[in-house]
Formats: sequence, structure tokens, C-alpha cells
Amino acid sequence: MIALIGLVIGVVAGLILEPSVPVVLQPYLPIAVVAALDALFGALRALLDGLFDERVFLVSFLSNIIVAALIVFIGDQLGVGSQLSTAVVVVLGIRIFSNVASIRRQLFRA
Amino acid sequence: MTETPTPSPAPVRRRQSGWRRLGRAFLPRASRAQAIVAVLCALLGFAVVTQVRSTRQNDLSSLRQDDLVRLLDGVTRQADLLELEATKLRSQQTELESGTDKNKVAQQNAEARASTQGILAGRLPAEGPGIELTVYSPSGTIKASTLFNILEELRNAGAEAIQLGDRRITASSYIVDTAGGVIVDGTVLTAPYTYLAIGDTQKISLALEIPGGALAAVHALGGSTSLTSGTKVTIDATRAPSAPQYATPQPVNKP
Repeated sequence: MIALIGLVIGVVAGLILEPSVPVVLQPYLPIAVVAALDALFGALRALLDGLFDERVFLVSFLSNIIVAALIVFIGDQLGVGSQLSTAVVVVLGIRIFSNVASIRRQLFRA
Repeated sequence: MTETPTPSPAPVRRRQSGWRRLGRAFLPRASRAQAIVAVLCALLGFAVVTQVRSTRQNDLSSLRQDDLVRLLDGVTRQADLLELEATKLRSQQTELESGTDKNKVAQQNAEARASTQGILAGRLPAEGPGIELTVYSPSGTIKASTLFNILEELRNAGAEAIQLGDRRITASSYIVDTAGGVIVDGTVLTAPYTYLAIGDTQKISLALEIPGGALAAVHALGGSTSLTSGTKVTIDATRAPSAPQYATPQPVNKP
């Protein structure tokens, strides 16, 4: 419940503050968002499995973001930034799908 | 109906436990875990909104550098191609225009040549300054040879178009004696014979009236003549030239 409230607060804050993305962060923000979504779904799955631990969630959330951004950063330095960010998005997308599938199985047995 | 298999209890228990866990998690509790999750979710929501907003705001500013470079490259290459095509089309246009001009000039030349040669070949009616000569032959003494002499005199004096009677005189015209008069190009003409000629009137008159000349020969044979010159003589007899059967134009080698 509090998590949902936090999400709403974040969205509202984003709408009200209308922040502009710093140029330096522009390539990394979308990847970071996808990584965070992956961590969020992973946490939801762990919760339904009864394995949820806030410390693990915090670490996985932050490390997901950092590692994703780092990969894209390295890719940019190597000149394959767009390809690597595509790769990261694909991998995270697959993980999100498998997590959602697991959650679905837990909730609906289907 | 005791055989109907009852659903195994295990899945039900798991299902209930899944929903129960979810429900328990949704209960507002002031725990450290809930606080951390709330903060991270707020962060995520904020980031999502920011990213969506920046994506909507401007297509180009959210692109990475090498994408922009590639885009610029593509646009530049396309512009080059279009420029090349434009140049080609422009030169083609110039070519076509000059070609049209050339064709027009050639057509004008051909038309001018056709009218000139039409007059010379007797294909077209002509008008201009010239003379009208009538040769009377009261006793029938004027023969074809005399008429032919007059014709030659007219030609020598530079007459450009000549008509005898109602026949147009051309390079292949002939005059033959016959009982009632003369035959000119297959048509019988009787006296008096009327010449129409376009050319330098003074020169023609002089040439005809020269002592011992064509008119003098007519007078000597007992005939009489009347010569008038005018600024506008109309020669309306024409003759369709037959296409040459044996002669073909010699090919001209262009320099």
C-alpha cells in the first residue's frame, strides 16, 4: 500500500516539478527505468514466493540501475552504445516477462 | 457421483496463500521495508514521468550522439543525391530546350527552302514585279522555235517564274509545233501567246527588245508583240513535280 502511495507521489512530483533530463543522463535514464521495473517485478515475485527481503530489494534495485547504466556507458565509449542499450533492454524485457509469468502462476495458477 | 474427483487441496492453499501474502503486503504498516519500497517506487515513478516527458518533448534532443551523427549523415547523403539528380534534370532540361530551338530553326530553314524551291520548280504560285508579253501571230508564222527563243531570252534575263498561256514553264517544259498552234507540256496553245514572267523588269525588257533579239525575230516573221511591265504580276499556274525515278541526292559529307 505504502509502495503504491510512493509510486503515486513520485509520478505527481514528476508532473509538478517538470524536471528536464540533464544531457549527461539522457542516454541512461530510459535504461535505468527499465532496470528498475525489472527489479520491481522481481521484488513482487519474491513477495509472492514469501522470500521478500527489503535489503535484497534495495541492493538489486540500485545495482540493476547502476549496472545497466554502466553497460550503456561502456557501450557509448566503445561506439556500440545503441546496440548495447538494445541488448540491455532485450535482456531486461525477457526478465520482466519471466517474472510476470511467475507472478501470474502464483496468483492465478495459470 | 462419488467418483467425481475432488480438486486437490494443495493448489487452493497455494493460491490463497499468494493472494493472502499480497494482501498482507498491501496493509499499511510503518515498517522499514515498506519505507524503502515506497522511496524506491517514488524514485521509479519520478524517473518514468521524467523520461516520458522528455521523449514527448523533442524527438532529436533525446537521441544519442552517434544516432544523431548517423541521422545527419543520412540526410546529407540524401541531399547530395537529390542535388545530383537536380543537376542531371537541369542539364536535361537545357538540352531539350536547345534541341527544341534547333528543331525550330531547322524547320524555319526547311520552310524557307521549300517555298524558294517551290517557286523555282513551279510548284507554288508566285507574284512580284514582272512583265506581260503577248505575241500575235496573224498569219500563223510564229512557230515553236520562236516562242522558245523568247523563253530562253526571258531565262537569260533572270526571270524567276514564267508562265506561257496557262502553263507554268519549268526546266522540263517543252514546246512543239502542231497544226493549230503549239503544244506546251501537252497542252495545245493557240495564238496569241501570252508570257508572264517575274523578274527584273528593266533587264527583261531590254533583253527582249535588243536589236536582232527575240522580239525582232517575231516582227521579222510578220508577227506583232505587246510588252507591258508591272509592279505586280501574278503567276498562278502551278505544276506538280514528279518525283525523280533514277536520281537520288548525293549524300553530303558533313565536315
